[in-house]
Amino acid sequence: MNSGELLLWARGPGLMLALAILGFGILLRLFEIFSLGRKADLSPARTDSPGSGWRTVLTRSLPPPGMLARAPVTYYGGYVFHIGLFVTVFLYIPHIELLRSLLGISWPGLPTPMVDAVAVATLAAMLAVLASRIHDPVKRLLSTLQDYLVWLLTFLPLATGYLAFHHMLLDYTWMLALHLLAAELLLALIPFTKLFHVVSIFISRWYTGSLFGRKGVAA
Amino acid sequence: MAVGQQDSTRVRASIAAELRRHGIGRREFLTFCASLAAMMALPAEAAQQIAAALGKARRPSVIWLSFQECTGCTESLTRSHSPSIESLIFDLISLDYHHTLQAAAGEAAEQAREAAMKEAAGKYLLVVDGSVPLGDAGFSTIAGIANRDMLHEAVQGAAAVIAVGSCAAFGGLPAAQPNPTGAVSVGDLVKDKPVVNIPGCPPIPVVMTGVIAHYLVFGSLPELDALGRPKMFYGETIHDRCYRRPFYDQGKFAESFDDEGARRGWCLFKLGCKGPVTYNACATTKWNGGVSFPIQSGHGCIGCAEPRFWDMGGIYRPLPQPIGDMRGAALGVAAGAAAGVAIAWHNRSRKQQAVASHQTMKVGDLKK
Repeated sequence: MNSGELLLWARGPGLMLALAILGFGILLRLFEIFSLGRKADLSPARTDSPGSGWRTVLTRSLPPPGMLARAPVTYYGGYVFHIGLFVTVFLYIPHIELLRSLLGISWPGLPTPMVDAVAVATLAAMLAVLASRIHDPVKRLLSTLQDYLVWLLTFLPLATGYLAFHHMLLDYTWMLALHLLAAELLLALIPFTKLFHVVSIFISRWYTGSLFGRKGVAA
Repeated sequence: MAVGQQDSTRVRASIAAELRRHGIGRREFLTFCASLAAMMALPAEAAQQIAAALGKARRPSVIWLSFQECTGCTESLTRSHSPSIESLIFDLISLDYHHTLQAAAGEAAEQAREAAMKEAAGKYLLVVDGSVPLGDAGFSTIAGIANRDMLHEAVQGAAAVIAVGSCAAFGGLPAAQPNPTGAVSVGDLVKDKPVVNIPGCPPIPVVMTGVIAHYLVFGSLPELDALGRPKMFYGETIHDRCYRRPFYDQGKFAESFDDEGARRGWCLFKLGCKGPVTYNACATTKWNGGVSFPIQSGHGCIGCAEPRFWDMGGIYRPLPQPIGDMRGAALGVAAGAAAGVAIAWHNRSRKQQAVASHQTMKVGDLKK
């Protein structure tokens, strides 16, 4: 198989397979989560706190007081790589072209050198948070194999995309094919790992906030 | 044209002498050598070396076989900017057999091929355009000889094989899905001789002459990439050498062939340009004697020099867009929903069972 053939597979059957698994997994898990429900809370609400769910969606996106200074790598690194991933995935014009053909909607992208700079910052932030995870004894103790796996699943599409764009290591066509395959692997595993938070994060935050509000706890 | 010619004095004449005979002066010859050196990314002083070598070189015997092809490669090489020094040097090889160009026909033509194969055994260059059908020997024959057999016979005494055009290099259009003739490339069949692929539909004339000049000057074939293409011509993508590249980087794209962006000469990526994955020299050497190339005339690169370019989902489909129908993925979504409902149902019935089997106890029961 040459690079062109691998690229053809990645753009055709590979992508379709990944999207099918992604769709299957997301639907499966959402049905599972929503149908599970909770035991009816028979006690009256401690405080009347309308909108506490929505408020938590926002407040948990901001660092708690003092934490930026106490855990700078975790917080700054986390912000940089999450925002960086959003920019590189959704504001890079070839990616918008892909989404336009899949979803039928499009939006303006950023100039390539800007996305390139963001990609470098994102790669650096991801390496920093990994180093911190390995170096910090507490984080190391808390980490499971899956934590390292999801880091790799996220890092590979970004790294191969960067290498392809700059024609590094391999011929562009090979690297582009590997980039697509890495992204497809990520898509296929999102529903079955903790990467499912890309779908569930605001649902669970709303739920937590709403429940805590009812119990009179600031969240 | 030297096809089928038996004039030994002419065959032995050096290239420099032939050029003089055609009225090409030394200055023009040196200019040609300098441009060849530049094209091959050699230092400037190499031009002298090329001139000296080409001046002394004997015209090599060339046998040109045409299989499942459209003759576009020959058209490109002989007619594109005639008369030019490239076409003259084409004249200056001893082209002993070529369907389209030879005067001889029938038996006489085949005799010319056999004679050349005998006389220049082990030394001739074998040029092939067109793919070879393996499906049925009768799909493509010459003088009743199947393409595969003729290639097998001609390759025995060849010094090297040059696969000209995407069909010979990679199978090309005949090998596009569903490949009804079972077409394969020359490289798929020839394993014991050096094969140079010069893909393109058609290939750039100067790339062809450049490879032959390299062979004459250095006595060897140029350095090849993983797909057997000369690195000096196929080392970079069209995209990286495209004069519209700054517009790609700025995010300025033509959205249709007749919008403001197209008129302003913006990047054609969104209109299906395959420049980013196409390795060829079009953006630098250009066509028709350096006049223009497809992107300059407002059309995206179709990727004709790449393997299986015909199956890349269509000429106008942008590169990031998927190939084929993605609606099959909806099946996955539907299956997920169905499985989710099934699990939800299962969980609900387990809950109901738990409620049903719940036993109430009183303090007194604990004493028992």
